[in-house]
Amino acid sequence: MSEVVIAAIESLALVLIVFTVAAYAILAERRVIARMQARIGPDRVGPQGIFQPLADVLKLLTKEDVRPVAADRVLHYLTPILTLVPIMLVFAVIPASPGIHLADLNIGYLYVAAVSSIAVYGVALGGWSSNSKYALLGGLRSSAQLISYELAQGLAALGVIAAAGSLSLVRIVDAQFPLPFAIAQPLGLAVYLLASIAESSRAPFDLPEAEQELGAGYHTEYSSFRFALFMLSEYVHVIVSSALVATLYLGGWWPFAGGLLGVAAFAAKMALLIFVFIWLRATLPRVRYDTLMAFGWKVLIPLALVQLTVVAFWVALR
Amino acid sequence: MMSPIRDILAIAKGMGVTLRTAFRAPVTLRYPEERPELPGRHRGRHELERHENGLEKCVGCELCALVCPADAIYVEGAENPPDAPISIGERYAKTYVINLLRCIYCGYCVEACPTEALQMKDEFELAAPTKAQLVVTKEQLLATLPKREPEDSWLPG
Repeated sequence: MSEVVIAAIESLALVLIVFTVAAYAILAERRVIARMQARIGPDRVGPQGIFQPLADVLKLLTKEDVRPVAADRVLHYLTPILTLVPIMLVFAVIPASPGIHLADLNIGYLYVAAVSSIAVYGVALGGWSSNSKYALLGGLRSSAQLISYELAQGLAALGVIAAAGSLSLVRIVDAQFPLPFAIAQPLGLAVYLLASIAESSRAPFDLPEAEQELGAGYHTEYSSFRFALFMLSEYVHVIVSSALVATLYLGGWWPFAGGLLGVAAFAAKMALLIFVFIWLRATLPRVRYDTLMAFGWKVLIPLALVQLTVVAFWVALR
Repeated sequence: MMSPIRDILAIAKGMGVTLRTAFRAPVTLRYPEERPELPGRHRGRHELERHENGLEKCVGCELCALVCPADAIYVEGAENPPDAPISIGERYAKTYVINLLRCIYCGYCVEACPTEALQMKDEFELAAPTKAQLVVTKEQLLATLPKREPEDSWLPG
């Protein structure tokens, strides 16, 4: 019984940490992109704008929750949760340092791939249930995009799994001493990172929410707290992607053996990756839809296969 | 895919630009606290100038109203009373109204003015709670003369 209570408390703490990090990732993004565009960004709410996320959340909570008349009532209400929860579930198996994780599943990465795929339903159903053409097109685009890039992502991760000889994320990090997979499998890192950006629907692959053509894409018809949940899941997705890249390729707590230094190393790698996400968004324009599909199927998947072949030979001859 | 290496280099170049810009000083003006430096010939709100002796420069010729493309100026001239002159000319502006809501701030009225009575000043914060407050009359447009300093108190009157 007490184990259950401890697990619940740990999970709650993790959720709070992730939400806080997500809120500040939004602020960081606004400030960093502002500077990259020679602007200042939001800095009025509290010193350096540190209370901006709080103000934004309060604003969203006080807004009216509008549901379109033609929308599917049950699905429309459920989808924001259906988008956020699967992404949150991924954090359960991500180790910050040896022993600092909720669970060390022996099928770790398989769990990650399976659970994060469910988030596609949220996006697709969000578009469908709104009963609006913009939302529907946005939802369709994202489902096609997410499915295409999941393949490349999985193939790249397969190289890591083969080299580590385990699906467990803890064992994968252990296998990266002394050499992280980022150096051993640079091609895999590139494919995985690009696929992660597409997976989290971020610029330059943010077609599902292409403002100029689709309003806000699949969450066009959402407002108030439900919109906030979609917004939150986008940034939680960025954090999950950063955490996964840090774990799979940058060696988690490498170069430290563990403990608080390990957590610090892991956090630093995540922060760096989140910065890369923001940096890319500030720089690159959105790609065209056919280019996006061609890039996933004709470039990323073959590259991932090349990397996998090299790793396979290396594992066989070891 | 034309040339992958060229494409990657192009992206890297773009990433360099954004990173360099991030370390540049922002161009943002913190407006209510910081004021913009206006150019010398900024066309803001109008002002009707006076001569140093306090007499109005405007002689009520109505050229400004005639030239105004937005039809935002209304002037009504009248004979200048000889015993208590208001302007230096034979006539003066009895009523002078500018509708700032119609005004497009082109400055033609200033150019048309033969006595340089009408000028456009730096004032640009032209917002008001009601529309009526943005239809300004002669009293609001007339320049106030610089107040006499205490050391000028030896002057008669």
